[in-house]
Amino acid sequence: MNSILILFAHPKFEQSRTNKRLVQQLDQLEGVTFHDLYESYPDFHINISYEKALLARHDIVVWHHPLYWYSCPPLMKQWIDLVLEYNWAYGPEGKALQQKKCLNVITTGGLRELYCSEGSNHYSVNEFLRPFEQTARLCNMEYLPPFTVMGTHQLSDAELANKCKQYVQMLRFLQKDCSPQVIEDCVMLNDIPQIN
Amino acid sequence: MTGSILFQAIVFLTGALICVPLAKRLGLSSVLGYLLAGILIGPYLLGFVGEEGEDILHFAEFGVVMMLFLIGLEIEPKNFWSMRKTILGMGGAQVLGTMIVSFLLFYYPMDLSYEVSLTFSMVVSLSSTAITLQTLKEKSLFDTTYGASSFSILLFQDIIVIFMLGLIPLLSSEDGTLPDENQGEAANLLANLPLGLQTLAIILSVVLIVVAGRYLFVPMLRKVAATGVRELSTAAAFMIVCGISLLMELVGLSPALGAFLGGVVLATSEFKHELESTLEPFKDLLLGLFFMAVGASINFIVIKENPLGIGGMLLAIIFIKAVVLYGVGALFKLKMDQRLLLTVGLAQIGEFAFVLLSFAFELNILSKNQMDILLVVTALTMALTPILALLNERLILPKVGTKESEKRPIDHIAKQHKVILVGFGHFGSTIGRFLRSHGIEATILDFDSNRVDFLRKMGFEVYYGDATRMDLLESAGIADAHMLISALDHPDTTRKLVKMVRKKYPDLELLVRAKNRYEAFELLELGVEHIYRESLDTSVKMASDALSKLGFRKYTLYRQAQNFIKLDEEGLREIAKNRPEDEKEYIFKAREAIAQQEKVLEQDWKRGIYQNDNHWDSEQMRLAREAGRNSSNVS
Repeated sequence: MNSILILFAHPKFEQSRTNKRLVQQLDQLEGVTFHDLYESYPDFHINISYEKALLARHDIVVWHHPLYWYSCPPLMKQWIDLVLEYNWAYGPEGKALQQKKCLNVITTGGLRELYCSEGSNHYSVNEFLRPFEQTARLCNMEYLPPFTVMGTHQLSDAELANKCKQYVQMLRFLQKDCSPQVIEDCVMLNDIPQIN
Repeated sequence: MTGSILFQAIVFLTGALICVPLAKRLGLSSVLGYLLAGILIGPYLLGFVGEEGEDILHFAEFGVVMMLFLIGLEIEPKNFWSMRKTILGMGGAQVLGTMIVSFLLFYYPMDLSYEVSLTFSMVVSLSSTAITLQTLKEKSLFDTTYGASSFSILLFQDIIVIFMLGLIPLLSSEDGTLPDENQGEAANLLANLPLGLQTLAIILSVVLIVVAGRYLFVPMLRKVAATGVRELSTAAAFMIVCGISLLMELVGLSPALGAFLGGVVLATSEFKHELESTLEPFKDLLLGLFFMAVGASINFIVIKENPLGIGGMLLAIIFIKAVVLYGVGALFKLKMDQRLLLTVGLAQIGEFAFVLLSFAFELNILSKNQMDILLVVTALTMALTPILALLNERLILPKVGTKESEKRPIDHIAKQHKVILVGFGHFGSTIGRFLRSHGIEATILDFDSNRVDFLRKMGFEVYYGDATRMDLLESAGIADAHMLISALDHPDTTRKLVKMVRKKYPDLELLVRAKNRYEAFELLELGVEHIYRESLDTSVKMASDALSKLGFRKYTLYRQAQNFIKLDEEGLREIAKNRPEDEKEYIFKAREAIAQQEKVLEQDWKRGIYQNDNHWDSEQMRLAREAGRNSSNVS
């Protein structure tokens, strides 16, 4: 079974209806480590050796965060800047993350329809996530398509409950196997037939 | 010369008002000023005060009682217990040593009787709590080894004097029992009881003080505080001290000791500071009066009759006391300079002499002449030791022990970034360590010689002495320093330092530690830009941690804490900027500031913690969106 590390970054988690619900269910999952970055490092002083050890113990790394200005909240970027060290994560000697898998779990206020060339956001979510994709690639990790909860501003409780269920099922699916065939066909992990 | 009470009051007050500032001007301690004032107005110079001086002396001894009460307030029971070894060891060695040596002096060369010699040796072995502690306080030396040792010895003497008072009647040839009329005011209710019962009564009264402190004084003070009438607090404070004194006198203990105990019991109560601020001015005045009365009681006729004898005795006694104290200091491994301070500091005979001597006189152990001679000697030792201490400080200390400064090659970085750090206690040492970890070697000023030696061993450049002395600051290189960091604990010293430095080196960057917002306010008024309130950041951090444990998110708390500190500091600056011209207005402003703070607190409460910060708040966007949709539905 693949072990999953969820790196969660939300500067105002207590105000986020969607993320509260998404996160609530995670601690019951076996083999999933939930790591709340803003609660661990309110002063942005990241314990790098601890983070490295945590990464070493897991097979799949999840960057779970809201999409702010088409990117992640600042502490997540700080995490990437500090933890993914040269010759550890990348570079000639950087083999620590090799073979691991990596993906973004993001929430957006706007609907999925807005994230396309005709929409007001002009680009798709996958395009906005390119920096993460390339980061994973440079660290010799396999980057998987994102799992998204979009249009949170108008999500009904029933729809949100459904999204939460999907999130758990998606994680369970990844824990069992990450068969590339199934995933390759998905634009987002939301589209995996097994979880729908 | 008697006249009305008013006339006497004016005499004493004028004496103090002239002599004490004069003494301070000359760099002497206020004790010396009061003593001089006393001599001046006493019967032998200006003659404003006559026989009644003795009554005033008795009255003013109450100042000593109050001082011990206030000292007790500063010492928590736990700390008191941890001092027990020093108290017994140092105090015991000092009293016993002095008694033995001085007894030999009185008994052999001076050929006094065995009883008189023993009485005298007991008197001589005691030192003056009033003078020593007042001096310690004035020079803020309480936290040094010298201060702690002095205090321990004095405390032991306060205890041992009880036994001395018990022993003296046994020396009396009149079968030990005395007629009631001879006992005077300090009548001991228990004197006629068997020894066992007396001891029991003493123990019971000590227990009574402890119990009353917890279950009587504190509830009483609470009730009094609830009435909101300020003078009642003063009355209650006096009640406590007087009550304890009376109880102690009844069972034959020293009132000062009882007051000390009462203080210790109340040290952990919430009224500690209120009691302190209420009694402090009274204590200072009474002590001043006490010193003046001592000065006035110096009998110059006795001196005139036998100047050589008294002079010789005076020097012999100070010498014996000093030698024994030096030995005790050596025995307990005090460093040389601390030892010398102790040697001179406690070399006088204490105020208990007045009690013991008149008691022995009443019992016919001493003749009138013998009592007068030793009384004069006592007063003279009190007058002389502050002068000796001054000589010691100015002439001897700079040459022995911890030197004021030590030559040492200054490395490149220290030369380039010259930083002077004043005070190296808990606060200053943290600053010094952090600077050092960045390769900045501060030049340190500190007045604790043990610490100074240790720091020098660690390779710091340290100047030893009083940081409010311009010449010391100048030899530490203030003229070409980049900045001066004041990590001093004591607000008065801090202010003195800041004023002095701002005046002579107005362009020097000053970073100053402040105890609280009041001190910070004063520093702002002195024009200090960088003020570090020791009670601000840490307490906000603590509150944040408490809220975090209650379930608040740490990052939100982190940001709110920063906001809180910023608002608080801005508020303080705002008040300081609108600095009022006259005092009245200041009080008004201060009140206004409190009102403002109340308003701020109320706003905090009303708006809740998040409202002033809309970042990352999706709820707002959602509501705005919904509002938009509703209005379009209507249209």
